[in-house]
Amino acid sequence: MSTPIVEARGLVKRFGKVRALDGLDLVAESGQVVAVLGPNGAGKTTFVRSVATLVRPDGGELRVAGVDAFRHPEQVRRVIGLAGQYAAVEPAMTGRENVVMVARLYGQTRRQAKANAAVVLDQLGLTEAADRPVGTYSGGMRRRLDLGASLVGAPRVLLLDEPTTGLDPRSRNELWEAIRSMVRAGTDVLLTTQYLDEADQLAQRVVIVDQGRVIADGTPGELKSRAGRDVVEIRVHRPEDLTVVAESLGRIGVEAPRVDAGTHRVTIPVSGGRAVMAEAIRALDALAVDVDDIGLRRPTLDEVFLTLTGSPIDGDAASDTDDTTDQSIHHEQIAA
Amino acid sequence: MTAVTFDAGRITPATRPAGAITAATTVAARSVRKFVRTPQLLVISTVTGAMFLLIFRYVFGGAIQTGAVEYVSFMVPGYIVTSVLFTGSNASSSVAQDLEEGFTDRLRSLPVSRTAVLAGRVVAETALLALGLAATTAIGFAVGFRPLGSTAEALAAFGLVVAFGFAFMWLFVSVGLVAGNVQAAQGMSLLIFPLSFVSSAMVPVDSMPGWLQPVAEHQPITVMTNAVRSLALGDPSLAGLSGTTAHYVTVSLLWAAGLVAVFAPLAVAKFRKV
Repeated sequence: MSTPIVEARGLVKRFGKVRALDGLDLVAESGQVVAVLGPNGAGKTTFVRSVATLVRPDGGELRVAGVDAFRHPEQVRRVIGLAGQYAAVEPAMTGRENVVMVARLYGQTRRQAKANAAVVLDQLGLTEAADRPVGTYSGGMRRRLDLGASLVGAPRVLLLDEPTTGLDPRSRNELWEAIRSMVRAGTDVLLTTQYLDEADQLAQRVVIVDQGRVIADGTPGELKSRAGRDVVEIRVHRPEDLTVVAESLGRIGVEAPRVDAGTHRVTIPVSGGRAVMAEAIRALDALAVDVDDIGLRRPTLDEVFLTLTGSPIDGDAASDTDDTTDQSIHHEQIAA
Repeated sequence: MTAVTFDAGRITPATRPAGAITAATTVAARSVRKFVRTPQLLVISTVTGAMFLLIFRYVFGGAIQTGAVEYVSFMVPGYIVTSVLFTGSNASSSVAQDLEEGFTDRLRSLPVSRTAVLAGRVVAETALLALGLAATTAIGFAVGFRPLGSTAEALAAFGLVVAFGFAFMWLFVSVGLVAGNVQAAQGMSLLIFPLSFVSSAMVPVDSMPGWLQPVAEHQPITVMTNAVRSLALGDPSLAGLSGTTAHYVTVSLLWAAGLVAVFAPLAVAKFRKV
């Protein structure tokens, strides 16, 4: 395997009394998307800013594409592209001017910069808007432009700090698609996110960070199975049936059922897979309640996080996972 | 949106990092474009500048005794010097805004000299300031200001103000970097009020209470105003000054050099800091 894109060992960064990084160890291999997942304040941003040479950790070791980031930050800057939490573009300039500016700062000649900017704008679907001031762009377009600006230097490692925070679902999907296509084209990506579904959608490897340390590391599938139980999830038609369903199906589960009145759902952690599923269906049949949907699925990363840290990821992200839950039920049903 | 098919292979990467000049001019071009394309910046700063000038010329002017010369000739050189502060301090906010909005992070993550990036910014902001000063000077002419010395002296006076602008720009950029956000930067910029008004710019220092005079007499805006005024009037004694023009110019340039010596390293250190 080639040189890891990021090798962090025992990284420590203090801001006053707060240890934003508290002995963080992380090796991100080349050829995959690595998502650093964690709640606000977990240290994700400090970590990615350290990799981008914007923050200098107080201790530990950090190599980016094999280069010592403490000793040779200027060499690291040649191989990275950074798209931060905000679209770092100049609204008074056109999209093209923005990308050309960054290309020139990467050291490209005027001609190279122009040609490369055209390629990037084209590939991110911004050609039509390229000569309009960025001030007229939508939030999603600005983020795509920001991504384009970070790509125009053909970086080996693309660092994305919460790339879709604050975007509407459609813009988020577009940005995800753009990121996936870059990955297919061979750019290594390290991204941070507080959205569990984002990590699930984009990354082959998820590193969960909490309080400045890595608390779990693996493929999304591994993390889900490590957190244990599959769940049976039932969506009833009438909310008044929720209680009776939860009561009568409680016995098939290995933990207490969870009831979500808002979405008419009962979730029951189980062991035993399809046999349990059959039992659940028989029980529901006996109850004669109107069921919209039933499925057996792996736990979401949200549930994984809860198991690993004992506290849920914050509200913003949790509500966000609802869509994924829907998809996963659907998916598992087809599989079953 | 059209389908995205990213192909990094179609990008021809740079063979070597950008040099300092390229970095500086690229960043400078952005400041200039932003200024030119944001008409409200242009209009607001010109209108505010004109308004205060007219107020001093026609409202306060009649009550201020300036001895041998008319108030308008006394005041306009001083007013232009204070414009360095009022116009230049906008740079603090815009530097702070870049920090807040992540633009600075983008620049600092690129393989260019951070010193060059900052120098480009300062030079561009100074050039834009010079434009504003030229507009203010034109308004001064329109309301009756005339330099009494030679054309060469008048041009030297203007050049001197631009030099002060460059020196103060390092201070304003430092303020923006230290403040970190626009509101704090604007708050810190309020200090330009005492600096401007407790000086010889609008009124003769000897009209102030005795305890305030030493402060007013020795602060940089007075020193700079005295230099510019001596050149503009062609004779320091017309402004009630006892020294020679050369003396005032020298002292004011020392102040300017001092500002650069303190604030350029500070700004660079703050900007480079990782």
